[in-house]
Amino acid sequence: MNGVHDMGGMHGLGPVIPDSDDGPFHGEWEGRVHALTLASPSRGNIDAGRHQRELIPGPDYLRMTYYEKWFTSLQAMLLKGNLVTPIELRTGRAAAGTTKTTPHLLAAAVTMVQMRPASYERDVAAAPRFQTGDEVRAINLNPTGHTRLPRYVRGRFGVVERVHGAHVLPDSHAHGLGETPTWLYSVKFSARELWGPEASAVDSVRLDLWETYLERA
Amino acid sequence: MAHDHHHHHHDHDHDHEQDPPSDIALRVKALESLLVEKGLVDPAALDAIVDYYEHRVGPRNGARVVARAWTDPAYRARLQSDATAAIAELDFTGRQGEHMVAVENAPGVHNVVVCTLCSCYPWPVLGLPPVWYKSAPYRSRVVIDPRGVLAEFGTVLPADTEVRVWDSTAEVRYLVIPERPAGTEGLTEAELAERVTRDGMIGTALL
Repeated sequence: MNGVHDMGGMHGLGPVIPDSDDGPFHGEWEGRVHALTLASPSRGNIDAGRHQRELIPGPDYLRMTYYEKWFTSLQAMLLKGNLVTPIELRTGRAAAGTTKTTPHLLAAAVTMVQMRPASYERDVAAAPRFQTGDEVRAINLNPTGHTRLPRYVRGRFGVVERVHGAHVLPDSHAHGLGETPTWLYSVKFSARELWGPEASAVDSVRLDLWETYLERA
Repeated sequence: MAHDHHHHHHDHDHDHEQDPPSDIALRVKALESLLVEKGLVDPAALDAIVDYYEHRVGPRNGARVVARAWTDPAYRARLQSDATAAIAELDFTGRQGEHMVAVENAPGVHNVVVCTLCSCYPWPVLGLPPVWYKSAPYRSRVVIDPRGVLAEFGTVLPADTEVRVWDSTAEVRYLVIPERPAGTEGLTEAELAERVTRDGMIGTALL
């Protein structure tokens, strides 16, 4: 979707404010939101979680802090998964007669689960359509659902620099439509191709793009 | 816009009573107690997750990878060919580090990492990202004006240095291997690791 989250190349969003190295959470509640998001059974998958945050209306998305967005999305996912009711969210109390379930993540498993080497790569029968060195063009695609093809590269020409393997396709996975493993490539775009003749002649931007985002140039 | 919450930290230094909890802190607490009451989360697991992200992961991990790459050519070669496996040798694995790629700075080449679409960041080696990395100004500008953004971090690069911006659009995560500072020939691997900064491994700073 062409939401405000897809902000690469925009101007006017303010100065970058480097901060000191003062730990991951600012206020205890941020740590709790992070932990609740990872621990609750509402998450679905990583792509669904990302898409949920993209669905926050643009003005709110730009106004909210990072963990306010996570908190908003967590509540939405809990409602979507029928894990809580709107009344329970409002009152903070379980509805009368609710049976207590067993958490799916217990404290003893936390470190193992965080450190578990997982993979988004899958075996596929099809050979990759592109090889390192191939010239490609990012297609002009404007889906209303989730995609990881940013607007700033659509229609632009680049060169494949690396074949990563076939990876889970977010466009499908985020919507519960399966993993649809698809070849993933690192594609180099020159700064001038993306930003015009006033950009540096030597600089470049690389993105990881799935095969369905690309056509042969 | 993301900075008003810093006040909470500083208040701890004062004798007078702390501010009452903010609205969002109360709402988060209410949600946690609801989910605990329903048996959906284990409060001890929440404590363990917070502890993990505060203490087990962070830029010290990535600094060990960089120092090892500087001092051990065979390790550096493994890091270039399969960074996920090379980083796992140091026991840094898991969530948001499933597919690692190490990108090396060199004379004439400078790398910098961003996630324009959200906040993708290599958690096992760098921990959770700083506020600026997740914020709109950095995400929007570093792809179109990397040199301007780097200058705001005090990093000014020669015009003929190639700046490579890596936009983390998939599950591949990038770790910048900074150039080893001059004059560090006599240092041990552990001493070298002390010289490596978080921003150096994102690519917004030089060492």
